[in-house]
Amino acid sequence: MVQNTVQPASEQQSSLPATANGAGTSVPDIIRKPKPLARVRIEPERGWVAPRLGELWEYRELLFFLTWRDIKVRYKQTIFGASWAIIQPFFTMVVFSLFFGRLAGVPSDNIPYPIFSYAALVPWTFFSNGLTQASASLVNSSKLITKVYFPRLIIPVSSIIAGLVDFCLAFIVLLGMMLYYGISPLQREVALLSIPAVPLLESLTTVTLPSYAMIWLPLLLLLAFITSLAVGLWLSAMNVQYRDIRYIVPFLLQLWMFATPIAYPSSLLSEPWRTIYGINPMTGVVEGFRWALLGTDTQPGPTILVSALVALALLVSGMYYFRRMEKSFADVV
Amino acid sequence: MSDLAVQVKDLGKRYRIGGTKTRYKTLRSSIAGSLTAPVKRLGHAFQGEDSANGDHSQFWALQDISFSVNRGEVVGIIGHNGAGKSTLLKILSRITLPTRGFAEIYGRVGSLLEVGTGFHPELTGRENIFLNGAILGMTREEITRKLDEIIAFAEVEQFINTPVKHYSSGMGLRLGFAVAAHLEPEILVVDEVLAVGDAAFQKKCLGKMGEVAKEGRTVLFVSHNMAAVSALCTRGILLKKGQIVADGPVNDVISRYMEMNAANASIPLSDRTDRRGNGRFRFTNVTFLNENGEVVPGGVSGQPLTIVLDYVAADGKKARDVDAFIAFFGSFGELLFAPHVRLARGAFDEIPPKGQMICRIPKLPLTPGYYRFSLEMGISPDYLIDSIEDAGTLFVEPGDFYGTGYLPLRQHMKAVMVEHQWEIVDSDHTIV
Repeated sequence: MVQNTVQPASEQQSSLPATANGAGTSVPDIIRKPKPLARVRIEPERGWVAPRLGELWEYRELLFFLTWRDIKVRYKQTIFGASWAIIQPFFTMVVFSLFFGRLAGVPSDNIPYPIFSYAALVPWTFFSNGLTQASASLVNSSKLITKVYFPRLIIPVSSIIAGLVDFCLAFIVLLGMMLYYGISPLQREVALLSIPAVPLLESLTTVTLPSYAMIWLPLLLLLAFITSLAVGLWLSAMNVQYRDIRYIVPFLLQLWMFATPIAYPSSLLSEPWRTIYGINPMTGVVEGFRWALLGTDTQPGPTILVSALVALALLVSGMYYFRRMEKSFADVV
Repeated sequence: MSDLAVQVKDLGKRYRIGGTKTRYKTLRSSIAGSLTAPVKRLGHAFQGEDSANGDHSQFWALQDISFSVNRGEVVGIIGHNGAGKSTLLKILSRITLPTRGFAEIYGRVGSLLEVGTGFHPELTGRENIFLNGAILGMTREEITRKLDEIIAFAEVEQFINTPVKHYSSGMGLRLGFAVAAHLEPEILVVDEVLAVGDAAFQKKCLGKMGEVAKEGRTVLFVSHNMAAVSALCTRGILLKKGQIVADGPVNDVISRYMEMNAANASIPLSDRTDRRGNGRFRFTNVTFLNENGEVVPGGVSGQPLTIVLDYVAADGKKARDVDAFIAFFGSFGELLFAPHVRLARGAFDEIPPKGQMICRIPKLPLTPGYYRFSLEMGISPDYLIDSIEDAGTLFVEPGDFYGTGYLPLRQHMKAVMVEHQWEIVDSDHTIV
């Protein structure tokens, strides 16, 4: 049954042993063809395999179209449409300002509490919505997964990228609030001389300098993106097999929110602990946002380094785990 | 033309069925089980799928599959439900990985396991063309270039800016197929996508498939429609319980398949769920009999054929004024003829709650080949009781229809033969 090809026997024999060993390409076979064809070998995979990132680039158009679909469809058939992107962080800010800012008197690094919390809620909302969408994304795309081949990584990635539109809308509101509170991200007050014992000296020597801290924002956003994707990869792959994840995610995010300095400043902690706090990558993101936009005293330092390393470790491990589970997605989902 | 397009060697795919043990459990053991199970499963979650072997029953959906396909070959893969056809296509389209062996594919693969994969109901027809095209592996530039052609092929020009959720199911199918039909892969893998839609749609799909096949592209085609397989494919592969039982010229392989079916010569219909009508009566079985009243797997051109349709009433009551017909279709879904109760004798005045409708064709007018047929029963004029499209396939063997000693050949156009005479006239003389 195997040998019913019209090929000359010699060629058949030269290509078969090479491929059967899995030793590499069957060179003579391919060179002889006028235009080389893509050659794909489909075989069982065992254990841990390296993620195929090159393939993600190959399928970039599909990534674009899936992201585009998510954006187009997101607020279809809703009354408030895209304003949901603003309503969510804005009203959380209102509630926080009332309960934590007013009633509990939580400190806010000498910045009006509403903008203090909103500047943190904007990247947080991007992160938490991205994570929610990503962790459900594979199960929601089960029809696609069982009918067409493409790198499955595209699915969670596109669902997080789509959240960037929401982020931009909420960010515009943030800029509006800064205007309202008279905070300019382009200037920063710096005390040239600061002796804790003489507070007057500090206020006398304070000057306003131009600030370029805002150029850090894209990197901070990237860190939020990586964190969201990293955890999203773990959870989405687990969700395919264990639908428990669906119930875990809202719970996890609730805890994570209070473990992140959103309603309160990380300056409540003293130094060794403040750096260790960076183990939660969102700490670095949130405090970085405040520093870049509001001029708080939380410039990227050891904390954000810890955050970045943790996020990268989560991302790499998440990619390997995802890749390992990927092969059974179509059979299980 | 003789280069390899697909090579499959010792391919096997194992699935696990459910995880529950069938033995009885005590309350204590089930409580203990429910406490330890999450821990066990959590362990599996981190170790990947291979660790969960021991305690689950398994079955091999495919076993020791080896074959190779040359470029330009059009291969029909046939077999009963559960024979492993779809699993094989899923492996070749890289949706799932094999458990053993390997497959090598030379060239771009377009797999069409479903029409309109990834359509989003909220997006317009035009938007869905781009989305679906990208999912099937087309580039944006390619889709833009073929957009007008796709829209024309789908016949949805008027509604192209309407969300797909407002489309009729037929329109959705046409749009989905139109996108797929404009894929230009070197190797096309097609599952039973043609079994959906109305006859006109199927005809269009099959026509397009025929074109693709003629262009010299490699096609792997899974279908239950033997008429289509026989018309489109040059080679057939017959699967049974996950293994290849026949591989060769398409008509020989189909014959093997029909012989396999002949063991249980009647076509059971009770399990069919894809029927329309109110279900007051249901067809349960189709059986073919020859002139001696013996059960046969198919008919012979020009010979008598009796078709027995078993039916049963859902409520155990009889019915009045019942009409029924059997419609026979050609390779491209075109209606050839339809023995019809009302036209032939007037509707049945009264039918018992359980019985057989018997249709006698004194001289089967079909040329050799495979013909799909559908069944319909109704209380006239327009009260549909039961209707099954694609109820089964009638195999027709060569026979001497005209009584001349000449047999119609298998490769002759599938058609209906009618009794007729020929004569010749010399223009220079009066009638000979």
